This record gives sequence, C-alpha cells and structure tokens, in this order.
Amino acid sequence: MNGSSRFHISKRATIPWYFAWAIRLGAVVLAMIVCALVTTLLTGQNPLGVYATIIEGSFGTVRKFWVLLQEMAILLCVSLAVTPAFKMRFWNIGGEGQVLIGGLATAACMFYFGGKMPNALLLLVMVIASIVAGALWALIPAIFKARWNTNETLFTLMMNYVAIQLVSFFCNIWDRKGSGVVGIINPNTRAGWFPEIGGQEYLLNILIVAVLTVAVYVYLRWSKQGYELSVVGESERTARYVGIKVEKVILRTLLISGALCGVAGLLLVGGTDHTISTTTAGGRGFTAVMVSWLAKFNPIFMVLTSFLLAFLSRGSSQIAQNFGLNHAFGDILTGIILFFIIGSEFFINYRIGSATGKEKEDGTHA
Amino acid sequence: MLETLAFYFSRAVQQGIPLLFGSTGETLTEKSGNLNLGIPGVMYVGGICGVIGAFFYEQSCGGDAAAMNAFLAICIPLLCCLAGSLIMGLIYCFLTVTLRANQNVTGLALTTFGVGFGNFFGGYLIKTTGSSVASLSLSATSSFFRQSLPFASSLGAFGTAFLSYSFLAYLAILISLYAGWMLRRSRTGLNLRAVGENPATADAAGISITRYKYVATCVGSMIAGLGGLYYVMDYASGIWSNDAFGDRGWLAIALVIFTIWRPDTGVLASILYGGLYIVSINNILPTGGVGAVKELYKMLPYLITIIVLVLSSVRNKRENQPPESLGIAYFREDR
Repeated sequence: MNGSSRFHISKRATIPWYFAWAIRLGAVVLAMIVCALVTTLLTGQNPLGVYATIIEGSFGTVRKFWVLLQEMAILLCVSLAVTPAFKMRFWNIGGEGQVLIGGLATAACMFYFGGKMPNALLLLVMVIASIVAGALWALIPAIFKARWNTNETLFTLMMNYVAIQLVSFFCNIWDRKGSGVVGIINPNTRAGWFPEIGGQEYLLNILIVAVLTVAVYVYLRWSKQGYELSVVGESERTARYVGIKVEKVILRTLLISGALCGVAGLLLVGGTDHTISTTTAGGRGFTAVMVSWLAKFNPIFMVLTSFLLAFLSRGSSQIAQNFGLNHAFGDILTGIILFFIIGSEFFINYRIGSATGKEKEDGTHA
Repeated sequence: MLETLAFYFSRAVQQGIPLLFGSTGETLTEKSGNLNLGIPGVMYVGGICGVIGAFFYEQSCGGDAAAMNAFLAICIPLLCCLAGSLIMGLIYCFLTVTLRANQNVTGLALTTFGVGFGNFFGGYLIKTTGSSVASLSLSATSSFFRQSLPFASSLGAFGTAFLSYSFLAYLAILISLYAGWMLRRSRTGLNLRAVGENPATADAAGISITRYKYVATCVGSMIAGLGGLYYVMDYASGIWSNDAFGDRGWLAIALVIFTIWRPDTGVLASILYGGLYIVSINNILPTGGVGAVKELYKMLPYLITIIVLVLSSVRNKRENQPPESLGIAYFREDR
C-alpha cells in the first residue's frame, strides 16, 4: 500500500456531531462547486442561473412546493422501510420490488373491488392488502437468509425484477386497449382514492409519513425489538450469546421493512398516481438505500437527506424544462453530490496523520 | 428447420454477449471482494463513450463510410469506451478502497450517475443532429464493427450459428475463457481469490490488497464497458436511443450468481439468458392466447438466478459460495 508509507490512517474515536456535520456540509459545498464547473463545461450555462433554477423547481410556486413535499414523503417512507433491515446489516436493496408489490396489491383492490363496496371499507382493504403483500415479498429472502444464510443483497436485487415483470403482466391483463398501459383507475367514481384534506390532495400522504417517521424512530431507539436488531447488526455472535433468537429477529425485521415498503406502494397508487406501471416505484427503492445510509440510519436525519434528494430531482426537472436540457442532467449532478458525501464519511470515521506522527502516537498508545 | 434453429441460436448469442461482457467484468470485481452495483452505469458509460468517439470521427469524415479508415473507425470508439469505463472503475475504487465507503451505496450512486451520463450525452447528440426521431444512427461505424467472416454465410446453418458474429463477440468469449483460466490456474488468480475471501490473511502473506482491488475492479469495469459498446455498435446496429439498453446491467449481475462466479461457465449461461429473452419476445412458448403471459416469461432469468443462489447456499459447498469478504471494505487495523 503506497498510501500508508506517507500517511498514517487510524480510526477516530467518536467526534462531536457538529464536527461531523461540518465535514458533510463542506463536502456538499465542494460538490456544488464541481457541479457548477461541470454545468458550465457541458451546457455553457451560467451555473448560478442553473442553481437558481433548481431552487425555482422546488419553491417556485405553491404547487411546486407541495409536489416537493409529496416526493420527499414517498422517498422518506421507502427509506424508513429499508432502515430497520440496514441496522441489522441486512442489505435490503429490494425496496423497489416491495414497493411495487404493495402498489400492485393496492391497484388490484381498486380495480376489482372499486364500486362493489363502501369506499371506507375499500380503503381499509387496500391498506391491509398492500401491507401484507409488501411484507410477504420481503419475507421470502429473509427466510432463506435466516435458514441458509443466502446472500440477501443479491436475492433482494433479483426480487425487484420479478416484481417488475409481475406488474407488467397485470398491466397487460387490466389494460383493455392492448397497449399494456393501465390508465387512471376509477377516474369517475374515485373509488379507492385517498380523500383530500383541506383541499390538498397530498396532505394525507405527508401526514402518514410524518407519523411513520416518529414511529420508526421510537421503534429503533426505544423498543426492545429495536435494540435486539441493532445487536444482531453489530455482532451476530454476541446476539446469540445473550440469547437473542437471530432467525426470529431477521424474519420480524424484514416483515416490518416489507410492510412499510407496501405502505409506500399504497401511498403511490392510492394517494398519488391512481394507476400502476412498472415505473411506479421509479428507482426510489435504490435512492432510499442512499438516503438511509447518508442519514446514518437515523429516521430524523433522513428527513434532511430525503429532502436533499427530492429537492435535486425536482430541480433537475426544472432545469430540463427551462434550458431545454435533457432530464438526465439532474442524475449527473445527483451522482456527483452523492460521490462527495459518500467520500466525506471517510474523514469523519478516520484520522489522517503523517508517517512521522505515527511513531509518536504508537509510543503513547503502547 | 435447422436454418431457423441456427437463426434463433445466433439471436440468442447476440443477446447474450453484452451480458457476458458485463458478468465477466463483475466476476473479476467480485472476486476481489468488491460488489460493484454500479455495473449498469458502467455499461451505459462504456456504450455512450463509444458513441461519442464514433460520432465525432464520423462527423470529421462527413458520415461517409468510404472515407473512413477501418482501423480508426474501430479503435476510436473502442478506446473511448475503455477510457470511460476505466474512469467509472476508478471512481468506485477511490471511494470504496481508498476511502472505504459502503460498497452498495457507492455502486448505486455510480449507476445513477452512469445512466444519467449516458442519457444526457445521448440526448445531447440526438439534439445536435437535429433528427426528428429520438435516436442517433451511427451506421457507418457500425458497419465496421459488424464485419463478420466473409465465408460465414456460405456455410449454411453451421455458419449462421457459429461464424456469423463480429470480432467483439469472439473477444467476449476469449476474455471469459481467459478470465476463468486465470482465476483457477494462475498465481495472480490465486492471489485475487485470496484477497476476496480473506483480505487480512492475504495482506499478511504480502499481497497488496489495494493494488489487487484497484486492478481487478478497473479491468472488470473496462470489460463490462465493452458490453455497452457491443450493444450499441453491433446488436443495435449503431443506433443509440436513450434507455434502450434497459436492465441488461442487472441481468449481468444476475449472470454472475448464476455461473457461481465462474466466467468460463458464463459463455454458455449468457447464451441461455439470451435464449430465454428471445423465446419470451418471439411467441415460441405457449401463452394460452393471453399475450400478457410473455411478461411472465421475462421473469425466467431472474427466477432461475434466485434458484441457483438458494440452491448453492442450501448445499453449502465451499467452492460455490460468494467471495467471503464480498461487500466489506478492508482496513488493516480493523481487528
């Protein structure tokens, strides 16, 4: 290792939270500078103008602000869902599939039961169906992980595409025109649509996610089960030694994780889109992995990180519109910002000293 | 009958080659303990960089195939593709190996970046040409890439099935066979496997973990990037349209599991995957009159991958397991 000859890298003891956040902020500022350079180079636009446009995309009008909050709420919901699994070191990157299956169950209820039962009962059936569907979808890889230690990252990844094809199958079944696209479900009766609160169609979604955020925080921070899963995450052997049934914890945690993903699907289909397609989850299952990890698996910080990513994605749509650029430009900017934040974690977790400093340090430690 | 069969077989091979490139690259990467979920992004970048190179060379020649030098027409896109995917590999390595960041998160960010990069430049070039369709055609460059053996067509079914492909397809097979041999039989391969299984032990034996991880991941990315290039220049006849590459990158990762981390098995397995795709889009399997069933058939590659993953973990044979340290960053002082 040529780096270690000049530098000595060692793990930091815990550092004050404000120092850690200062490093992260520094990374974001650096990322913004790089993004500005990239923007000028690629598009010839004034970067300040581009940044103003990003802000306009989220805060330009009241309507845009509501869309931002809605986007953020859904992303936060998926992130909350994958977090308990991550804390247990179970890499659930199957959020995409679990959300889709939840959404599919919701859409199925709306499609088959719409108009056949009172709306309140239909909503209840939708809630139950989406939660059960999401939970079962996540339970499958969990069973194999608990019983045979099957690699969960790869298993959940594959389950995404099985779910996508399943949705595609039902889209083709439900669509009567043969184009494979399900239009708005129950456009006239609005059966199964979430009610508007105070004239705001997204408010209910946002309130549900706010409640969930607090619930997940309390569950992870204060409950016995939350404690058990973090012990399993830290060390499976310790968990077994103190008498925690690791298999049971894995199954239970993934049921919760999947159920919350199912709720996200419910919010997307019942509360927002009122339709289903293979892109309903829209990559949120993957983005949620980053949101959760950037927030150090803390639900409260996740409000911040999901805001950041939703803000960037809304901003990039606006850039695309205003400058006649491609929507994908936002993905490039998001990627660059993520690289910087991911990289900055190193400076929070490790200390870099010079090689001469190392000997002194070693002396004091010994 | 034989002719038809040979035709479908050749379609399956062409469908499978991008996956073969991707999975060989990812296998090398994973053998060093790096789970690079950025492979879909890398393949996009490989494809678009090749397209950019080809685009400018075609422009400088006025888009006329006769005015183009065959050597340059192939080498420029090839080098651009390799350079682009190398940079992607370097970003991943710098973050996960040098800065020890979480591999899953870095990989997913790389995919976001790579797919965005591909679609942005794709859209940009399409706009530059001012064409009315949402695609960019590089048929002149593609004609050089699609050059196959001249006598293949005169050999009937045998020629169609085995000799009708372009040089990149044969290159993919050679690379996989070589990678398979290298991993199993050579000293370098042994060291690489040691790094992926137990980096602390390998480190103690004097193997440079950082160097092996960097080289394996970067070479792996470059191989995977070629898959993107093959897709555009050969499979799609030089036509780039945004998002056309689809989820082939994830299929490539599935293929790695399906072959239980053996690149040489990938040659046959990629043809099987390609075949499953061809079968599902061409109404070969019975659908019972319901067209939607086709969508269920498209699940097959993922389902059989899951089955292989489950079976290999249930049987628990040591040689069929994922590399032990897969997904875990190595820090020498972590004990």
